[in-house]
Amino acid sequence: MSGLFLFLAAFLASAVEMVEALTIVLAVGLTRGWRSALMGTGAALLVLAVVIVAFGPALGRIPLETLRLIVGGLLLIFGVQWWRKAILRSSGFKALHDEDATFLEETAAARAQGAVRGSGLDAYGFVLTFKSVLLEGLEVAFIVVTFGASAGQLGLAALGAGVALLTVLGAGLALHRPLNQVPENTLKFAVGLMLSSFGTFWAAEGAGAVWPGGDLSILGLLALYSLASWGFVNWLRREKVLRSSGQEVQA
Amino acid sequence: MKYVLSFFRFWYDFIVGDDWTVAVAVVTALALTALLAHFAGAWVVLPLSVLAFLGVSLRRASRRT
Repeated sequence: MSGLFLFLAAFLASAVEMVEALTIVLAVGLTRGWRSALMGTGAALLVLAVVIVAFGPALGRIPLETLRLIVGGLLLIFGVQWWRKAILRSSGFKALHDEDATFLEETAAARAQGAVRGSGLDAYGFVLTFKSVLLEGLEVAFIVVTFGASAGQLGLAALGAGVALLTVLGAGLALHRPLNQVPENTLKFAVGLMLSSFGTFWAAEGAGAVWPGGDLSILGLLALYSLASWGFVNWLRREKVLRSSGQEVQA
Repeated sequence: MKYVLSFFRFWYDFIVGDDWTVAVAVVTALALTALLAHFAGAWVVLPLSVLAFLGVSLRRASRRT
């Protein structure tokens, strides 16, 4: 069961980051030409591969308990940030991330940089795609490598990321537009909950606590955190309505 | 020096994010779990702390908006 969750968490987290990177690659490709956009993407993927090959196996040499304490703690901090933002977005306290708006902004910025000369490499397009793919890719690598190493199933986590890459690339090629149909906040909500559940489980275990029911506790944590999210979103929505009606009365 | 600073800034933003108190609360709750590890119910500390500090962090964020 936890293998399925591991795969799903790696898949969803990778898909969200890949949609963000693809939006920028498409914006640059359509406005500055595909040559520089694809070269920037290729160079970033190469750097990512080097980082993963250099640091990935090193994690295997750390004792499992220590690894779970450190990685679980990091995943928990990272997951709670995603979860917190998703709650704030769902309750209207934070604007939803709009891939269409990002696409338009990036397209306008790329056009503003002037015409691309002949067949030479366009430095602006190259640097923009390189930076975006590298930053989003580092997030994917962090999740996949830490998840896989802590669960002792690096292959399964990498498979989740690989399937996400194929899905997002397929959708991007078919649409040739930013993937604004993807319910990004819902995905981020699910990923934040999964990262926080796995992070809590591994970090507490690494600190020496013994979970009742072993791996099944991950499901319990997921249920508890989902229920709490529902409560937090409702509480914040009520707070927002009360505040708005208070402002109307004052006006 | 500029590159070293941006390297650390990247990792700080990446892991710690908008609210550094979340990171401090996680580390504190983990230290408490480790201290209570010889009790059977030590596993309760971390999830309850997560819910408590998430609630506090959300309340603060909603008041700032």
